[in-house]
Amino acid sequence: MVVNGRPVRLPEDPRVSLLDLLREHLGLTGTKKGCAQGACGACTVLVDGARILSCLALAVQYSGRSVLTIEGLAEDGQMGPVQRAFVDHDGFQCGYCTPGQICSAIGMATEIERGAPSHVTADLTGTVEASAAEIRERMSGNLCRCGAHNGIIAAIQAACGAGP
Amino acid sequence: MRRFDYARAEDVADAVRYGTRRDALYLGGGTNLVDLMRETVAQPAALVDVTRLASTIEGTETGGLRIGAAARNSLVAEHPAVRQRYPALARAILAGASAQIRNMATVGGNLLQRTRCAYFYDVEGSRCNRRSPGQGCDAIEGLNRGHAVLGTSSSCIATHPSDMCVALAALDAVVHLAHEDGERSLPLTALHRVPGDRPDIETVLRPGELVTGVELPRLPLAARSTYRKVRDRASYAFALVSVAAAVEVEAGIVQDVRLALGGVGTTPWRARHAEETLRGQAVGEPAFRRAAQAELAAAVPRAHNGFKVELAVRTVIGVLNELTREEA
Repeated sequence: MVVNGRPVRLPEDPRVSLLDLLREHLGLTGTKKGCAQGACGACTVLVDGARILSCLALAVQYSGRSVLTIEGLAEDGQMGPVQRAFVDHDGFQCGYCTPGQICSAIGMATEIERGAPSHVTADLTGTVEASAAEIRERMSGNLCRCGAHNGIIAAIQAACGAGP
Repeated sequence: MRRFDYARAEDVADAVRYGTRRDALYLGGGTNLVDLMRETVAQPAALVDVTRLASTIEGTETGGLRIGAAARNSLVAEHPAVRQRYPALARAILAGASAQIRNMATVGGNLLQRTRCAYFYDVEGSRCNRRSPGQGCDAIEGLNRGHAVLGTSSSCIATHPSDMCVALAALDAVVHLAHEDGERSLPLTALHRVPGDRPDIETVLRPGELVTGVELPRLPLAARSTYRKVRDRASYAFALVSVAAAVEVEAGIVQDVRLALGGVGTTPWRARHAEETLRGQAVGEPAFRRAAQAELAAAVPRAHNGFKVELAVRTVIGVLNELTREEA
């Protein structure tokens, strides 16, 4: 497995989740453990570009895959564009859900780019736009208990290059 | 979580050889099974990872579509042929779970996911015949607002949670299975068992039998099909009631129809009584209501889920109105 560009040894115990591998074995504590049962999205990471929940993922299943976490998003020591947009638009308060929100948003952007429909897409065979309604539906797997959702939506819209 | 052995299957023969081991379970995306293992509801001695088996989606010789069991739910919902020819299936998948979970969950795993009944999950505090046969059921006299009204028994009223399966039930899907002894196929509607007095036996699968794929037959009326889900919040929640429907109308008369219900049954509920009632009838709310009521006539509501009966009737009417709007 490769994590943020670096080769990583898989755990011997198959019970270790990808989340625990990141946090406890590799010291990458940016990815957060919220509910640990797939309900909150705080543990979202990108695997080969697709967003998944690392709490429900057994690390052994991901041998040979490339994992990207919040720690891997900086470019030349500077925040990536989605991180920057969250700061600019107050897309958080306490910050606990933020790494998951940002990884999820990056995965969501690629889904929209390739034309994947969502529950709120009226025409399944038409084109997809990053409207606020689309982003709200597509980000519903990431909860924010501070209630910063309006800032989160604004940040994602700005980062995805869509209008207000 | 109890310790277990892990093996990754490279092909079907490999998988079913491991899978016949005692207390072995097949592992897809893990979105349900890993959680069940943490809660000790499931305690397999071995997991056979089948996520690297066939995940392709391709046309069949008879004009249908075959979906490999390892296909991720998101891949199925995105596939152009699914969106164009079986929109109810795309809509059902997109109505379920979250984007992250749909990226992980496989088709095979979705078919075999377990109920979300809270008493089933509560190993230390609740009685459950599905988890511990003969123990009793705390849902029947308990908080059963989310529970089933069709296909229930005095042993179990747990709802089947899948959205995808409801669309597959409506669309005449066939499930392909493999076992050390050979292969077989079943209609999806024959895969799941109503609980009866053995709610712990959830499907007709034999020990070690593996779901290898799902096949959608050629079904022209499915091009006009949809899925509607009614739930407590607008996204990322299980269904209170859901309806998958496809309908073919000519000169204002229902020629053919497929109808299945979610959130109300102990299995993905193909509504054959409603279909029979509807065929040959003039399009319109009176016929739609009669059909829906014919299906729900067998409903056994409990203290907190009685609302589902009328909600299901109204949702069927709403969906059929939507699909036949141009014909009325």
